[in-house]
Amino acid sequence: MDRKTKSKIVKGVKYFLIAIVTAVWFFPVYWLIATSLKTRLEMFAIPPKWVFNPVLDNFIDVFWERRYGLTPGPTEFPKFLFNSFFISLCSIGLVILIGTLAAYSFSRFELRGKDTWLFFILSTRMLPPIAVVIPIYLMYQRLGLLNNYIGLIALYIMFNMAFAVWMMKGFFDEIPRELDEAAMVDGYSRMGAFRKAVLPQALTGIAATAVFCLIMAWNEFLFAYILSGFDTRTVPVALARIRGESGINWGTITATEVIYIAPVIIFTFFLQKYLLRGITFGTVKGR
Amino acid sequence: MAEVKLSKVSKATGVLCPVFDIDLKAADKEFLTLLAPSGSGKSTILRLIAGLEVPDEGEIYIGDELVNDLTPAERDIAMVFQTYALYPHLTVYRNLSSPLEAKNTPKDEIDSRVKEVAEILGITPLLEKYPTQLSGGEMQRVAIGRAIIRRPRVYLLDEPLTNLDAKLRVHMRAELKRLQKELGQTMIYATHDELEALSMSDKIAVIHGGRIVQYGTPMDVFQHPKNLFVATFVGTPSMNLFDCSLVEKEGHTYLEGEAFSIDVSDLASLIRSRLSNSELILGIRPNDFEVHREKPPGDHMEGEVYVVEPMGASAIVDVKIGSVLAKVKVPGSYSLDIGSRVWLAFSRDKMHIFDKNTREAIL
Repeated sequence: MDRKTKSKIVKGVKYFLIAIVTAVWFFPVYWLIATSLKTRLEMFAIPPKWVFNPVLDNFIDVFWERRYGLTPGPTEFPKFLFNSFFISLCSIGLVILIGTLAAYSFSRFELRGKDTWLFFILSTRMLPPIAVVIPIYLMYQRLGLLNNYIGLIALYIMFNMAFAVWMMKGFFDEIPRELDEAAMVDGYSRMGAFRKAVLPQALTGIAATAVFCLIMAWNEFLFAYILSGFDTRTVPVALARIRGESGINWGTITATEVIYIAPVIIFTFFLQKYLLRGITFGTVKGR
Repeated sequence: MAEVKLSKVSKATGVLCPVFDIDLKAADKEFLTLLAPSGSGKSTILRLIAGLEVPDEGEIYIGDELVNDLTPAERDIAMVFQTYALYPHLTVYRNLSSPLEAKNTPKDEIDSRVKEVAEILGITPLLEKYPTQLSGGEMQRVAIGRAIIRRPRVYLLDEPLTNLDAKLRVHMRAELKRLQKELGQTMIYATHDELEALSMSDKIAVIHGGRIVQYGTPMDVFQHPKNLFVATFVGTPSMNLFDCSLVEKEGHTYLEGEAFSIDVSDLASLIRSRLSNSELILGIRPNDFEVHREKPPGDHMEGEVYVVEPMGASAIVDVKIGSVLAKVKVPGSYSLDIGSRVWLAFSRDKMHIFDKNTREAIL
């Protein structure tokens, strides 16, 4: 066997393995989407129906109440979707705003006890969240923050801040200090230099950080479940509650889930270039 | 008037190379070079003048104004960094215009100034390009352009030629000197390259270990090095050094080394008055030797040709004198056989004598 055929075979084997792994990974997603488009009978068919006529009934059910015995009309789901968006976006907006400034400061200034502060920020991530659920619940109860947007937004800011500061500090460290200094000598203030010389270069890194934070806030279930009420319920909590009512309505559940994961998938797809940079940050220099 | 004066300035805190007790003056319109090996604190001094660092002690004046408490933006200085520090996300045009934008200069004035500066530096065709599309020499011009466009009081240049290739460096050396004379502004230039320092400056401050060890004109620094550090650092190839001691014999005083003995009776009292003990170092620059194939009259040393390094117009001959390998600069046409015996003559006034103990110059 010559080297050319050999390398072709090796390549073929590699792609075959990649295909298997990908298939295993994506099968649940496929199953989810397929189920959401099936009728109730098709969902439970054994053997599974691979070929079927997709219907949108389940999606309509998510938004429009038409079950027997209940008043027909719009469901509460759009409200929960709005809550998810509102809480996630507000929290990452603030995380990015505060985190960017903090990360820049950590990257550029000689602060007393800088390493200690950085470690302190990181340490907020070291406890498993479930360990602090009860104390936070009690605190929030006293502060009147239960079933309150501010409560959840503040909590997600706290969760994401450590990650955001550490990740963005890495990006700022990669940008040469001379750039800020050149801008300051050129006549800009420290903030002016930050905006003029540093921020434009950090944008991809900041975008990557924002995506990661958004995914974390969007997916968070535990605290949302404990701390939110009807008015502030987010999609993951709403999802969990669908199961509890009069039998398991798989059609509505899968349709809701598809709607729930869609924004993250779309977001990730468009920003995958930056995400990759975010994951490999510090290892790949340059742009 | 934009003279720059540092008075007893120290900076030892922080991550930079520390500097101590810096007293330095660059007169108006002067080209002052801070000459030092890497890690001696010349960048620290520039950064102190620029206001990017705050001194622990001492005062910094620009013009007659005490600038210790002014931000870089308020000091009206421009700095060129070794890495150029161009804004990668902006075109050359916007890089040049940014110092003017910072001062809210009207648009049409910005435009005419950018074009004028681009003209001076020959970078007009590059205005719409981005820094990543430029060569090192072009980036360097843009960096200088960004400095001169604002017509500041003082220019600070931190090793601006170091990242260029050798040919371009020689070319830019002349251009920079010419530019400084045309601008008629004070320029403070940091470099570790003694050739740059000698060829461009009005004044040189040699810095070693965070302190100024010698300050003077290039000729002064070259011809009268104050100590062994300056003597060996300035000049290529560097000064030849020979250990020797002062010896009395039959009413005469000799400088006696391993393989030479020089009658210095006429200088004896002068040397003695400045000497801490009798251990000395004799220094002679490579081009102050004259090579003879026969024993010459006058002061000389005898040695054996070790190797010849031709360099076109000139050649360096390594001559073994005792255990010391001395470098001698001769015209390129000179031919010498390895192993042949030669005599190196030198004139009395080209001798540098250092105290071996204090490493300071005696003569």
